[in-house]
Order: sequence, then structure tokens, then C-alpha cells
Amino acid sequence: MIARLNSFAKFWYDFFVGDDWTVAVGVVLALAATYLLSRMALPAWWITPVAVLLLLAFSVRRKVRSCE
Amino acid sequence: MVRVTFSDIRAAQTPTVGFGASTDPRKAGSDSVNNTALFVTVFLACAVEAVEATTVVLAMGTARHWRSALSGVAAALLLLAAVVAVLGPAISAIPLDVLRLVVGGVLLIFGLQWLRKAVLRASGHKALHDEDAVFRQQLAAAESASTGERGMVRDWYGFTVSFKSVVLEGLEVVFIAVTFGANAHDIPVAAAAALIAVLVVAAAGIAVRAPLSRVPENTMKFVVGVLLCAFGTFWGAEGAGATWPGSDAALLVLVPAYGGFALLLAYALRDRSKART
Repeated sequence: MIARLNSFAKFWYDFFVGDDWTVAVGVVLALAATYLLSRMALPAWWITPVAVLLLLAFSVRRKVRSCE
Repeated sequence: MVRVTFSDIRAAQTPTVGFGASTDPRKAGSDSVNNTALFVTVFLACAVEAVEATTVVLAMGTARHWRSALSGVAAALLLLAAVVAVLGPAISAIPLDVLRLVVGGVLLIFGLQWLRKAVLRASGHKALHDEDAVFRQQLAAAESASTGERGMVRDWYGFTVSFKSVVLEGLEVVFIAVTFGANAHDIPVAAAAALIAVLVVAAAGIAVRAPLSRVPENTMKFVVGVLLCAFGTFWGAEGAGATWPGSDAALLVLVPAYGGFALLLAYALRDRSKART
């Protein structure tokens, strides 16, 4: 039973988070920062695009380094 | 029918009429661009996943028993239809800001994973997805597996492998199609794109009775990754309260910017890989 629950949880973790959890955490932090800045009536649209570029670059670099 | 654009539904200050019938020509142009982008994204995402599922089903049909393999496909499609039936209304009931924030975030995570793999493949740091190799592996496994009959299914192995493959590949597609459709307020376009993609790939698979290895799967994944990231960014930031300069037209900047950056990254890594060898 526990093994089944584990595999069920693992399936959904893999489905939503994938093989680099730092990307998921980075996206959540970027959207949280966007929310906070927009609540303060400051321009916040630029945060997520910048975060996407940085997350992609760091995630790819980390994977390449781990392969080398 | 009154239809609002992607942005500022929250404010609902200037509702426009969809598909070129807007009184504001700039909004009408923006609508058709977004609908095209919506169709292309869902179509490509569905086609990529359908190619992978078709490869497994073809292997099961060829090595085992066609009727059992196709029964597995039918059962999986029924399950996916049930998921859509539950997920669709449930998603429509969520407040738009929350929907955009959550869906934008999830699409961004999906998109970044797709794009990361596509960049690694394009730069030679990850093996290209090879449908011929997958087909051969599945064929070998299917030929060595024991036969077994359960209920109306003559070959249980072929049934379950086909079923699992279609469900697993289909879940992501269902999520993308339903959330894209709900967010864009155009579920019919998203559903049509998904259906056409699946039908085209299935028809091609049946016609050639071989893995669809000529489909430029890695290129398609690259494009879908870029589009998922662009839409995820747009909706996620909007759901979090940000206002995009240029409204919907921001997507026309996000898509080439992400695509160009990912290509540069792939070229830089390819050069580094060559320099090492």
C-alpha cells in the first residue's frame, strides 16, 4: 500500500516538477516577487522573463557540468 | 458572441468581439495572433506526444495483437476524456487571476523542462529522441513477454502497455489543451488543435505501420518549449498582478526572445562541446 502511495506521489512529482526541482522553486519565487512588486504598485512584468532566462541558463549549465 | 482578450479580462473595461470582428483593428489583429499561437502550441504539443504514444502502440500491434493494442488505446482515450470532462468545468470555476497564476506557473515549469531538454539535445549533450530505437526496444520487450488473456482482452500485455503509454503521453497534453483553452477563453480552438494533431499522427502511423521517425520531434519540442514558456510567463505574471506593456503584443516579444536565447545557449554549448573534443 505504502509502495503504491509512493509511486503515485512520485508520478505526480515527476509530472509537475520534473528532473530539476530548482526550476520549479525558481518559477514560484519569480511569481511571488512579481506579486509583491505589483502590490506595491511598481512595474513587475520584467521579473518573470528575466527569471526564465536565468533559470534556463543555470539549469542547462548544471546538467552539462554534471555530465562532464 | 462577446469575447474578451487574454489581458485585462480582470478589469473587463473594453470587451472586444473575437476573431477579427473587433471594432479596434489592433485588438482584432492581436486576437487572431493569439488564437494562431494557441492553435500552434496545442497542435505541436499534442503531435509530439502522439508520435511517442503511436510508436509504442505500433510496436504492441506488430509484435503482439492489434486488437488488444487498439483496445488499450480506446480505454486510455476514454479515461482521458473523463479527465477532460472533470478538469474542464473545474478549471472554469476557478477565479481567472488564480487560474492564470497557477496555470502560468505550471506551464512555465513544463516549458522550461521541455526547453532545457531541447537545448541539451540540440547542443549534443543529450541523445536525440529516436523513435526507431524506441520502437525496436518495445518490439524486443513485447516479443519476449509472456502471453495472457483477461476477460475480453486476448493479449493483456499489449493492452496494458498501449493503455499506459497513451494515458501517460496524453495527460500532459490534456493539461496543456484544457488550461490553454480556459485561459484563452477558447476551448474549441484548443480542443480542435488537439484532436487534429492526434488524428493526423494516428493516420500517419496507420498508413506507414512504422515509427514516425521522420517527424522532426526534437525541433517540435524546442518550439513547444518556447511557446509554453512565453504563455506561462504572460499568464503567470498577469495572474500575479503585473501589467504587460503592449498588452497581448508582449507575447510577440517573449516568443522570439526566448527562442533566440535558447538557440544561442545551444550554439554556445555545442561550441564548448566541440572544443573539448
